[in-house]
Amino acid sequence: MLFGKSRLILGTGGANSLAALEEAVVASGTDLVTVALRRVDAAGPGLLPMLDKLGVRVLPNTAGCYTAGDAVKTAHLARDAFETDLIKLEVIGDERTLLPDGVELLRAAETLVGDGFTVLPYTSDDPILARRLADVGCAAVMPAGSPIGSGLGISNPHHIRLIRQSVDVPVVLDAGIGTASDAALAMELGCDAVLVASAITRSDDPGAMADAMRHAVIAGRLAFEAGRIPRRFHALASTSDEGLAQW
Amino acid sequence: MRLTVNGRSSDGFVRDLSVRELVETITEAQRGVAVAVNGEVVPRSTWAVTALAEGDSVEVLTAAQGG
Repeated sequence: MLFGKSRLILGTGGANSLAALEEAVVASGTDLVTVALRRVDAAGPGLLPMLDKLGVRVLPNTAGCYTAGDAVKTAHLARDAFETDLIKLEVIGDERTLLPDGVELLRAAETLVGDGFTVLPYTSDDPILARRLADVGCAAVMPAGSPIGSGLGISNPHHIRLIRQSVDVPVVLDAGIGTASDAALAMELGCDAVLVASAITRSDDPGAMADAMRHAVIAGRLAFEAGRIPRRFHALASTSDEGLAQW
Repeated sequence: MRLTVNGRSSDGFVRDLSVRELVETITEAQRGVAVAVNGEVVPRSTWAVTALAEGDSVEVLTAAQGG
């Protein structure tokens, strides 16, 4: 499977230290961790060896790119550096919201699919754009629940459900998760996986929050597969009146 | 010769320095490094045979936390 057995993909942004990040990776049980590409003097050593040691796969991303051209170039550099065709494609529209630029994103996705990449685009919660991304050959779509790092959760659950119904590729809820119940909701809506970064790395105890996210993703997936009861306007007694004592 | 490496311009590089030789002066990492020269990706397989020229702008990149 694209994201491994765990259905929880870990982002690495926002961690205070490499040690805290390592604790979170272990506690999350993730098989796939996303990393950015930066100048060696700014990046510092240790991240890749740590991930290699833990045996998790690397999902390079194009964080910081604002045009299709920059994202495509970054993806090619990432493929050369990490020897993987996987790419988390981010093409950001503006600094304030960090929401995707759909036009540039679709253009970059089409190019990278043509170049043989396995493209996982970070997209908005627009079901039509998600379908267009799947149509050009993306291996998954990763809609934002709400803006990156906002912790606002899933602002339009209906659209996430619509996306799940609109595409045949895996849907990964990416961005906006604030706490464990948000991750569980994503899975209950039918998402195939969740990507969490800030909610874990910027929490008071990243290890404990990673553990909570691991449980939330498992619980949400189980609930989705079990099939929730329909919502009703009025109560429906769970106890039969048959055999009720008469006074 | 003069090169700009990761945004910093400096002089004194030997003529015909290869990409591989330059990378070795910057990082010990064997894996996870990528190079672009003047905006074009230079695949790792060609580092040893790609000579840098006066005024080249080189980006040497690796994995960082983010995204």
